[in-house]
Amino acid sequence: MKPLVLVPAYNEAARIARVLAGIRAVVPDATMLVVDDGSGDDTTAVARAAGARVMRLPFNLGAGVAAQTGYKLAVREGYDCVVQLDADGQHEPADIPALLDVIARGDADVAIGSRFLGGGGYRPGLLRRTGMGLFRWLAWLLTGVWFSDVTSGFRAFNGDVVRFVATEWYPTDYADADVLITLCRAGFRLREVPVRMYPRTGGLSMHAGLRPVYYVFKMLLSVALAPLRREPAQRKGI
Amino acid sequence: MPELTLHQTMFALVTSVVAFLFVLELVRRRRLREEYSWLWLLTAGGMVLLAVWYRLLVVITHLVGAVTPLNTLLLCAILFLFAIAVHYSVIISRLTTQVKNLAQELALLSSRVEEREG
Repeated sequence: MKPLVLVPAYNEAARIARVLAGIRAVVPDATMLVVDDGSGDDTTAVARAAGARVMRLPFNLGAGVAAQTGYKLAVREGYDCVVQLDADGQHEPADIPALLDVIARGDADVAIGSRFLGGGGYRPGLLRRTGMGLFRWLAWLLTGVWFSDVTSGFRAFNGDVVRFVATEWYPTDYADADVLITLCRAGFRLREVPVRMYPRTGGLSMHAGLRPVYYVFKMLLSVALAPLRREPAQRKGI
Repeated sequence: MPELTLHQTMFALVTSVVAFLFVLELVRRRRLREEYSWLWLLTAGGMVLLAVWYRLLVVITHLVGAVTPLNTLLLCAILFLFAIAVHYSVIISRLTTQVKNLAQELALLSSRVEEREG
């Protein structure tokens, strides 16, 4: 198996070096790819210095688009597995092998790192817990599956899934929960794996301000339109 | 309902013909692409038609159950503005996807060049 470790990054110069060093220590043979989402700081230089291959988007397009740029590279260069984690240090690189194992054994097409499966002491605040509960319920409405952690961006895809998410079916607008739902509905097998997650050490969460409100609106719209939409192409032979 | 005076008809006709010619001129000078001009031409054409054929407006007014021809005109104007705004949203959505794909392609190609040049 030829895994690609994908780290989308936006203005993470202060935090990304530690993340990349962690990845290097855990999976020394894997290619580390950082997609710099049009950062205004030294993210690209810091990532290169840490030994990562860096792709730079010409302007900021959002985390979903940055990740998809990585999937497209993985498809073109023949990687048969992509494991993705955040650049801000929330995800623990030591958990990468646990996700890769699920893909390598063929137990599932998608492995999702869940912070709520007994992995560690992550305790979100009341507001976030309420929001996550709502997203879980919406995801259940759309897929019939109860995910323990629908907003996790720590995940691994096998080759079939990577080819699928490199197409226009991939919801780039709001990546995490929507990706799970889209993949589930496309017929891929998903499995959650316990991982550790840490609170952010600084910077801005993508779930700040009014964006959760828009997220809920978008998910509700998806719920309403799902039965009327043509289902995405099935997973085999994409 | 009273017919329009000649004065009113002339004003309506001149206004709508100028609007129609203005859109045509933009297309001729390639300032407006043909694919985006049809909704404007259709509207300007409708304005010309209603200016010379007032009875049509009266018939439509009865058809939709409006009280006066003015109501019908305002309704048409609002519907037109709605249509053109949605039309633009559709175009912007398409352009957004195209810009996204272009930016990704640029990043992928730059990365390949950098890999080659070492």
